[in-house]
Amino acid sequence: MKLKDILSPFTAWKHVVKEPVTIKDPQSREGAERYRGFHKNDIESCIGCGTCEDICQNEAIDLVPVDGIETKDGDSGLRPMIDYGRCCWCALCVDVCTTNSLSLSNHFTWVDEDPDAFRFIPGVDKKAWDNEEKGWKKPEPNYELYGTERVHMPELHAEDRDKSFIEFVTGYSKQQAEEEADRCVECGICTATCPAHMGIPEYIKAIRNDDLEEGLRILYETNPLPEICGRICTHKCEDVCSIGHKGDPLSIRWLKRYIADQNPSEKYKEILNAGNVENNGKKVAIIGSGPSGLSAAYYLALTGYDCTIYEKLPEAGGMMRYGIPEYRLPYDQIDKDINYILSLGVKIEYNVNIGTDITLDKLKSDYDAVFAGTGLHLGRSTRIPGSDHKDVFFATDLLREISLGKEIQVSEKIVVIGGGNVAMDITRSLARLQNNKFGKVDVTATSLESEDIMPADREEVVESREEKAIIDPGWGPTSIEIENDKIKGLHVQKCLSVFDESGRFSPKFDEKDTKFFEADMIVESIGQGMDIEYINPETRDQIEFDPRGRIVVDEYFQTGAKWLFIGGDIIQGPDVIHGIANGHKAAIGIDKFINQDG
Amino acid sequence: MKNKLFKITEDRSQFPEKNADGKIDIDLSSHKYLKLWQGPQHPGITGNMALELTVLGDEVMHCETHVGYLHRGFEKLMERRKYIQCFPIVCRVAVPEPDFNEYCFASAMEELAGIEIPEMAKWLRTLVLEMSRLQSYLMWIGGQSGAFGSGIIGQWANYLRDLVLDRFEELTGGRIYHMYQLPGGVRGLLPDGFKERMEETLQTIEKFMGDIDKVMFNNAVFKKRSVGIGYIDPAWINKFGITGPNARAAGVAKDVRKDYPYLKYADLDFDAIVGKDSDIYTRADVRRKDLLLSIDLIRQIFAKMPEKGDIKAKTPNVLHWKVPKGETYSRAECTRGEYGYYMVSDGTEYPRRINVRGPSYTHAIALLEKMIINTNIADVAGLMVSLHTYPPEIER
Repeated sequence: MKLKDILSPFTAWKHVVKEPVTIKDPQSREGAERYRGFHKNDIESCIGCGTCEDICQNEAIDLVPVDGIETKDGDSGLRPMIDYGRCCWCALCVDVCTTNSLSLSNHFTWVDEDPDAFRFIPGVDKKAWDNEEKGWKKPEPNYELYGTERVHMPELHAEDRDKSFIEFVTGYSKQQAEEEADRCVECGICTATCPAHMGIPEYIKAIRNDDLEEGLRILYETNPLPEICGRICTHKCEDVCSIGHKGDPLSIRWLKRYIADQNPSEKYKEILNAGNVENNGKKVAIIGSGPSGLSAAYYLALTGYDCTIYEKLPEAGGMMRYGIPEYRLPYDQIDKDINYILSLGVKIEYNVNIGTDITLDKLKSDYDAVFAGTGLHLGRSTRIPGSDHKDVFFATDLLREISLGKEIQVSEKIVVIGGGNVAMDITRSLARLQNNKFGKVDVTATSLESEDIMPADREEVVESREEKAIIDPGWGPTSIEIENDKIKGLHVQKCLSVFDESGRFSPKFDEKDTKFFEADMIVESIGQGMDIEYINPETRDQIEFDPRGRIVVDEYFQTGAKWLFIGGDIIQGPDVIHGIANGHKAAIGIDKFINQDG
Repeated sequence: MKNKLFKITEDRSQFPEKNADGKIDIDLSSHKYLKLWQGPQHPGITGNMALELTVLGDEVMHCETHVGYLHRGFEKLMERRKYIQCFPIVCRVAVPEPDFNEYCFASAMEELAGIEIPEMAKWLRTLVLEMSRLQSYLMWIGGQSGAFGSGIIGQWANYLRDLVLDRFEELTGGRIYHMYQLPGGVRGLLPDGFKERMEETLQTIEKFMGDIDKVMFNNAVFKKRSVGIGYIDPAWINKFGITGPNARAAGVAKDVRKDYPYLKYADLDFDAIVGKDSDIYTRADVRRKDLLLSIDLIRQIFAKMPEKGDIKAKTPNVLHWKVPKGETYSRAECTRGEYGYYMVSDGTEYPRRINVRGPSYTHAIALLEKMIINTNIADVAGLMVSLHTYPPEIER
């Protein structure tokens, strides 16, 4: 012990004359720039996906309905409510938010005499910190809690595919599929939007668990055509995928295809535990073997109905076979789905035209109910001068001829009018045929809609260009020039806008800005119409039509003629997934109708 | 100088009398012995824990430790949480040093999943671990001097710790629970001007450490009460699993940062701080030097770390991250010794087992029960703080 040790502690006295270090008013102290304080939510960009609720380990977040926010495609209509009796301000909800709408302010003091006040809906219940800029936001850059980039789908190169109708999308490998499936946050926004309400997060989970048989069972719960939908579905699910808000949406369609591709058709019955339903003695006739008819037949067959499909053409599938080119949807994959449905006891009569070969009345008397999914097979014409020329074709007719194996007229210079997927289908089909016939491609597709609002899928446009077709959108056709009974080309004028302010079709043109597409053959692909000649006048009288001439059905697709159910493209769509959803719902309706009747 | 002011306690080893086996018969009915509870609510205990002391006069004859007063079942809780949901939990295992939990948890996961985190994230993790060490020692130093009756060091140290917490708040968004070291990386780069503000903080701490030297370490009262008391025999080190400053003060250079360099410690220039007398004073001194070493290391990190870089590696979707089947042990040197996470994954989205190895378990139970015998009651608090134990870490 030294004397210094006794004296040195007294140096502490020097602090007596120094300023105290204590903060006198901690409440007015501002939190740091990144402070994890109270929650804010941009209610407009929030889609109520519930990912914040999922990640919260304290179960502090509940998704609740909010007045004034409606459920719609891509928005659950719910918003997160946060309970500060549970929250630990880890901000994982912010980091995982799919739309970056959720953030934390740097406010950290809040006094209230009502304990319930601390359970609130950020962004809806107005708070003092709502407009505070500072606070925790998702870290940037390269900080993601899940993959935001899509796993690239392997495809054949343009030069390997532009001469043949071979399928060019080759499909995911196991590793690729699992990597893509991993990106899903299981929000279910897709399920709500899908017309068939498929269990999308569930089958994606089955891929992650490498349980593809379970995946197939989930698919067949709502969709008996997974091989087909896995290739050509219009994937409304992907359009609303919550991951798409700050990255690429999940390739839901390709994942569905992966499950269907990986399960061999001979094991379907065993996996789906099918084929052991007793016939209930009731008979249903189905007109048309398109997606809605097949779907209705499948679900009716599962419940024991004896179904017979009447098909006008020599093979089943409707527009799926006769409207979609083989390079997008190979025939053997159509057969795989259809053969499984037929293996459950569904009968099919080919080359039978209802209305001429068999009357609808005959079906009415022979069967307990009739479902009609006859689709849109009539091409619509632009009706511009010259459109009645023999070298002007409808896209649907040409596509059907190609599928039937017939040789169609292919000229050296072709113009396609239309900007939808059917237009792209015929453009790319003709490009392939031209390439084979002339060794070069000269086909131009032109549409009213400018490129940013073209109804065709973006990848269709890109791939068409890769295959050397010209896509020149934003023009309205005015006339077809004909010289010596031969088509010289198509006159067009600039289209300024397609829809008016209220969203109705009312195109406006700039008559001075014109263009001439040289061509010796023109294909019109501006939509299709229905042909319901087979419905006899008495029945037609019972059916209700809306002012625009469309058939009115109830939620089970039952028409005014109670025994007749109509679904598919005629009612909704046009696309495959609506047809499947209609068929399923109609099957339920038919079951209800027959059982009540009996 | 011969000590005339303070009379050294006489040799009391003759009390109490031992029986023929050399053991003491504690018979409470003799009224010679008294049961005395220190804790669970007691300022002389670090946290909620109880020491059931049997005393003879003012001397401790026997001690049993009782824990369980703040058991929150972290380990079991984590078995029912997805991995990412454990991330906000782990920091709560040890309030004064959340970052070591975060690091061990994240690195165990990364090891099992085979993920290499970006260089920048490694530097930032090293930085927060050193910052955490700094603030934890500042908290300890107040407790150590407080246990021996000096309140002023605690006042200063809390102020200094607050300055470090301010820096934590800037960097991580939180003062106490930082939740910064996410599996796969970290949650943010250094904010603008952070290095300058940190340097200012370090200089303030250094200045106050000079005062603390004078008032605490060069203080007759402190020396009187700490020198020669609470001796840890170097032979016990491996037997009791003693790590950190408790081992280093006994001359055993155990430092995970040196022995098994993790993160960027291999790139930093330092030596493990070692003492030799192994008493309360030496342990305090080792910690003081370790605190100053942390300041030096933070400066080295700032000088060596890159300006830019990725903060997070690509990981599977955290909402259903299946960590590959396997088991691992991940460790780090915290202020109290070796902190470790033993993690077992069965390949599902949930951890099968997570065992937290907090150094307090060995220090505050087995070691304390042995060391405390023959200690004066008044020294029990000081002895316990000198082991730098923390009960929540015992009850995971």
